[in-house]
Order: sequence, then structure tokens, then C-alpha cells
Amino acid sequence: MIDALPLWLAILVSVCVVVGAGLTMAGCLGLVRFPDFYRRIHAPTMGTSMGGGLILLASAIFFTVTGQRLVIHELVIFLFVTVTTPVTLMLLARATLFRDRIEEARETPPSDEAKD
Amino acid sequence: MSQMILDWSLFASQLMLGVGMLASLYRMVRGPRAQDRILALDALYVVGLLLLVTLGIRTGSTIYFELAMLIGLLGFVGTVALAKFLMRGEVIE
Amino acid sequence: MRRLFPHPVLTGVLMVMWLVLQQSIGLGQILLGGAVATAVSLAASPILPERVRFRRLLSLLQLVAVAGIDIIRSNIAVLLILINPRAEPSAGFIKMELQLTNQFGLAVLACLLTATPGSAWLEYDGERNTVLIHVLDLADKDEWIATVRHRYERLLLEIFQ
Repeated sequence: MIDALPLWLAILVSVCVVVGAGLTMAGCLGLVRFPDFYRRIHAPTMGTSMGGGLILLASAIFFTVTGQRLVIHELVIFLFVTVTTPVTLMLLARATLFRDRIEEARETPPSDEAKD
Repeated sequence: MSQMILDWSLFASQLMLGVGMLASLYRMVRGPRAQDRILALDALYVVGLLLLVTLGIRTGSTIYFELAMLIGLLGFVGTVALAKFLMRGEVIE
Repeated sequence: MRRLFPHPVLTGVLMVMWLVLQQSIGLGQILLGGAVATAVSLAASPILPERVRFRRLLSLLQLVAVAGIDIIRSNIAVLLILINPRAEPSAGFIKMELQLTNQFGLAVLACLLTATPGSAWLEYDGERNTVLIHVLDLADKDEWIATVRHRYERLLLEIFQ
């Protein structure tokens, strides 16, 4: 299996994995770099949308070619991660809004109930 | 030749994912608030999952998928529970 | 038939997922997956409010394509902000009114906006039908509202309502 690894496959998988890992790393560095929570919430989605997608795509291509059969169960992980991360982020954002409104932090949009 | 390219790129990407894990770990330890820590924990789960997938390519075995999926499931349930706790748990202070 | 398959879309998705996970399309796996999918969708039917109905499959495909392109574009945009040490993105909140009221359409829109780096869905007010969105690099508020309206909401209205 390993002996007959074609060059085009190695390059394709390498490019996908490296770009995906780079995007994921950039997203995690964004967690450190951005100054407040609402900005930080945008950073991890880089890892779950395109970064993770590229790494899982590389894995699917690699196992499909080396195993001589279609391997697509990375697709399940990809769908799962891309669907669940927004759900958790929305829940976290709502919790944060709620806490910020209680503490009356600056730059927090008021709720509609408070305005009326 | 092609094996060498693959090995080096996998090594580089695992290194990058490791740096990403360290970055989110830093945010998790430093805070400053509970929601920042939970956000970093969620990112940590995802990066760990991707690290397992690259490990699977490296060793050529598909066993790591089941582990990756398990991490994804546990990460989702854990983060949702923590977010719910932030909404409901600390209301009465 | 209607009683056995209250949510055909859910049953189909679950069965395809089972087959992909098992990595086989043998008769045994199809029967087992069908049984599991039917049982799960029956068990889930009390908590699902309404049936999912896709009106136009072509619009659905168009939405998938638009979302894919936008995710790639915004990934690059956020990456450029991140690697530029002097960039201070002018983040901001947008409150906008939606015409979309279908629950599944709203769920898809929320996941789409949040999955795209650079924008996040924060809060939805069901009474006023308004939504609060946070945008990382907010240059023009009205342009953003117009983008959401014309790129996503129009297609979702065609699909779900």
C-alpha cells in the first residue's frame, strides 16, 4: 500500500492538510489576539468550516486512493462538526448577552424588552 | 519521495495544530470570563479531533475516525451543557 | 404510510448516515439502517413541531453553492485580518428584520451565518421577527443587511415558505 504511493496523491493530500491546519491554527491564534468575546466568537469557525473541511477532505482522498474503495465517512464528521459548532456558539453568545445585560456592560445591545 | 513529502507535510500540519491547541489552552487558562474559557474549550475539542484525523492519515489506519467522532460528540454535548449552565446556573448570585 | 414515516426527510438522512458509517450498501445494512432510521424518526416525532418541506430543490442546490463560496471568501477575509498585526476590525452589532418565519428556514439561516467566519447569529426575537447579528468587520451596515436579504433570505423563502 505504502510502496505504490503516487506523487500526485502525496502532493494533493499534503496541500490540503497543510492549508487546513494553517487555517485552523490561524483561528486559534485569533482566540488569543481578539480583544473581546464577541470578536473571539468568529475565530473558531475558521477551524470548523474550511480548516476542518480541508483536513477531512485530504483524509477521504488518501483512504479512497490507497484503499481502492470509496471512503466517505469523513463526510459524517464534517457535517456533524459544521452543524454542531454554530449551535454551541449561538448558545454561548446568548448566555453572554444575558450575563452582559445583567452586569450592564458597555457596548452591549439592549434587549427589546428593556427598550419598551 | 512521495512518502517523504507526505511525512513532512503531516508533521508540519500536526505542529500547526499543536500550536493552535496551545493558543486555545492559553485562552482557556487566562479567561478572563467563563464564556471565553468555554469558547476556547470548544475550539480545543475541534483541534484535537483534527489532530486525530491527521494521525489517522499518518498511520494509514481508519480506527482513529471512531475516536474523532467520539470527541466531536462529547465536545458538542459538553459545550452545550456548559453554555446552558452559564444561562441558568449563575443567575442566582 | 404517513403514520410510519412522519418525517421522511429525517428518516432518509438517518439511513444514509447509517450506510456511510457502516461503509457498505449490502442488503442487511440497508434493512438494519432502515429499521433504525424509522424507529428514531418515530421516537423524535413528538418533539418535532412540523414537517420539513422543500419546495424547490434547485434553490436548495443554489443555496449550498452560495454558502460554500461565501464560507471560502470569508475564511480568506478573516485570515487577512488575522495575519495583519495592525488591523483593528471595526466589529459591530446589526439588528435586522426578517420576512422568514419558517422554523427550519430560520435554523438553516442561523447555522449558515454562524458557520461563516466573520458573522455570528446572536439572538432571535420571535415576536418582532428581528434578529441580532454580530459582524467582525463591519464597514457598511446597510450593505450587510442587503447581503443577508438578497443572498440567503430570498433563497430560503423560496425553499421553505
